[in-house]
Amino acid sequence: MKAGVIVFPGSNCDRDAAVAIERVCGTKPVMVWHGDSDLPQLDLIVIPGGFSYGDYLRAGAMAGKSPVMREVIERAKQGTRVLGICNGFQVLTETGILPGALMRNASLKFVCRDVRMRAEQTDSPFTNKFGQNEEISIPVAHHDGNYFADEDTLDALEDNGQVAFRYHNDNPNGSQRDIAGIFNRRKTVLGMMPHPERVIGDELGGTDGVKIFESLVAAL
Amino acid sequence: MKARVHVTLKNGVLDPQGKAIQHTLESLGFDGVEDVRQGKFLELEIAETDPVAAEAAVKDMCEKLLANTVIENYDIELVE
Repeated sequence: MKAGVIVFPGSNCDRDAAVAIERVCGTKPVMVWHGDSDLPQLDLIVIPGGFSYGDYLRAGAMAGKSPVMREVIERAKQGTRVLGICNGFQVLTETGILPGALMRNASLKFVCRDVRMRAEQTDSPFTNKFGQNEEISIPVAHHDGNYFADEDTLDALEDNGQVAFRYHNDNPNGSQRDIAGIFNRRKTVLGMMPHPERVIGDELGGTDGVKIFESLVAAL
Repeated sequence: MKARVHVTLKNGVLDPQGKAIQHTLESLGFDGVEDVRQGKFLELEIAETDPVAAEAAVKDMCEKLLANTVIENYDIELVE
């Protein structure tokens, strides 16, 4: 599996993502600077967490318009797997690859802690190693993770099985329908606020993030 | 000319920051503030002199970057 991690000014989970990919998948990902518009052929594109462009205007807004993202949008349309974590999820909604928007946490506070959630879909390249409704604990660290979409969009997400992860009795940000992560319609793109790359070993406090990367290895 | 752009949250989109501002106003003794909605104000200096073309250009800017139309409305005012 050939993976690439997009790096924006202000990304700060890019190296964590690279370590997770290398450790679980066995191959080192390429790091792609945001100003590069020629993207190598990749099986997986990761848009990492952080504060791209200092969250200016809106979280993910500026990164969503950067040269590399034009190419990422094209690849996503062609079916290349794209994983957006935290700020990466915000970037994916800003580009329209995923529906909805991520708003300021309902508490107005930055939330940084482990959160319990359930993996709701097992038939995707990102989640095929999970059991149905398997409960996991993955940390969040964000100020703008409050998922919002209109009722019709939310209903469509539910009907199409696009809710990947849902907070379980533990919603840290006020997201609608406790949504923690969603797929695109074809389940080739996953955006999620929790950070699976931070729980890939006991020395890091947990291993619940490993299955996402193992799922990708199995699928690709 | 100048273009002034107001970006506001759509009706029905919760605005926790607006609520916090409202509560603080209450705590300062300002009675009767029934609702607060927080938004953004942007002022653009643009070279275009034709108002119709300028408005069209700024509208395009709002759609593509300045506002997230999933959650926000925008309002454009041109000033000579």
